Amino acid sequence: MVDAALNSGDTAWMLISTALVMLMTVPGLALFYAGLVKRENVLNTLFLSFSAYAVASIIWFIYGYPLVFGADFHGVIGVPSDVFFYNVLESQALYGSIPTSVFAMYQLTFAAITVALISGALIGRLKFGAWMLFIPLWLTFVYLPVAHWVWGGGWLSQLGALDFAGGTVVHINSGVAALALVLLLKGRRDRSLLPHQLGYTIIGAGLLWFGWFGFNAGSALTAGQLATSAFIVTNISAASAMLSWMLIEYLRFGKATMLGAASGIIAGLVAITPAAGFVNVPSAIIIGVFTSFVSYAAISYIKPRLGYDDALDVFGIHGLSGIWGALATGIFASPFINAAATGLVYGNPAQLGIQVLAVGATFAYSFIATLIIGKVIDATIGLRVTADDEIQGLDQAIHDEAAYHV
Amino acid sequence: MKKIVAIIRPNKLNVVKDALDDIGCPGLTVTEVKGRGRQKGITEIYRGREYQIDLLPKIELMMIVADNDVEKVVDTIAHSARTGKIGDGKIFITPVEGVVRIRTSERGDDAR
Repeated sequence: MVDAALNSGDTAWMLISTALVMLMTVPGLALFYAGLVKRENVLNTLFLSFSAYAVASIIWFIYGYPLVFGADFHGVIGVPSDVFFYNVLESQALYGSIPTSVFAMYQLTFAAITVALISGALIGRLKFGAWMLFIPLWLTFVYLPVAHWVWGGGWLSQLGALDFAGGTVVHINSGVAALALVLLLKGRRDRSLLPHQLGYTIIGAGLLWFGWFGFNAGSALTAGQLATSAFIVTNISAASAMLSWMLIEYLRFGKATMLGAASGIIAGLVAITPAAGFVNVPSAIIIGVFTSFVSYAAISYIKPRLGYDDALDVFGIHGLSGIWGALATGIFASPFINAAATGLVYGNPAQLGIQVLAVGATFAYSFIATLIIGKVIDATIGLRVTADDEIQGLDQAIHDEAAYHV
Repeated sequence: MKKIVAIIRPNKLNVVKDALDDIGCPGLTVTEVKGRGRQKGITEIYRGREYQIDLLPKIELMMIVADNDVEKVVDTIAHSARTGKIGDGKIFITPVEGVVRIRTSERGDDAR
């Protein structure tokens, strides 16, 4: 990378991709979640995503970026140099063919959406102060190390784990963290999922689908064949998963639902995330079609049976479709798409083993570390609002605001 | 003077409104309400879970009419709002003690 020159086409694409991924969190994810909740909790739900984005923005440029992408320290974490982004802008350093500063800004949007994703499991009962404390703690002790392991030259990347755009770092990580926190928080008094405004959710799903092109195709870090390949399989997987979710509902109830279709879109986008840039179109169809079965089963059968109150199915969709996607990457990665990766069906079964290890390590670390962070917050300022606040609704009770007036 | 309150299907509002216009009684107040009668609830499905929705959306019409218009108005509403299926709604008629037009302070039948 030392001799590489700045490529303005690549740089332009990465600037656009960065803005696209930002749009996924605010307002894409915020709206996706907000439409699903009761009308008394709309603003609080939006707020969780917006505050995650703002806090991550600051932390990332103070110390987050170097801890992930700084010189590797024993495979565990990056060496914290360039604190406060010191001298990165001034030195006009390059990362490949793009400015290091563009790469850092792009990666910030991943850190931000990962923590924002967790909020969907917690809505309706989480103290706002607990969330404001959780964001920096979780980013520091969970996101930064895991991102370093997989993308920053840490031990999982040294083993050859494949994660093109964040199947393990973003989706398994956030899904499992959501599960851990839900176990601490316990269930809501009213667990019904009666969306107050599905229109918001559908707008959010559309923005997520659109923004995901920046997420996955942007992860090529160049504007060329690889980005286009990732772009196409991302779209294929989302469409396949939407249709298969509709089919499942049709077989079970005789009717397809718009929320089901939107859920399928997200599951398909999650599943293709680690595999985009490694797989071809037929593999993307398989990944997309199958992932709806995984997430649908988790939401409809596993969640009710085990009784955890993952309010908006963060673990069911991001955790489990993320796991399927990470494993599928080890199965379907094609050396003809990307010379850097060969999966099981192209004669490299060891890759699947590495993927299993990466999934297991991320799952275990995220779960345990999040539990510890959650316990610490619970023991200090408390995680859960009072019963009165929960019943009244968080918008009025803890923000003195209302989304709707008569 | 009588007050006529009619609970009707939301999708019948335009038909009823036009029919009332045709008989020369256009004045009305409309409220979106929810309620239940003998009509069974409906089912909604979100992420694979079925929910029984037992309060159904309806439209409430409120009109104040002269005594000799009551039969005409009631017949018109009943006829135009009818589908023949459960859930068509109800009409209530009650006496009105007085009416005041706020703009002019007129009272009684003139204010109606």
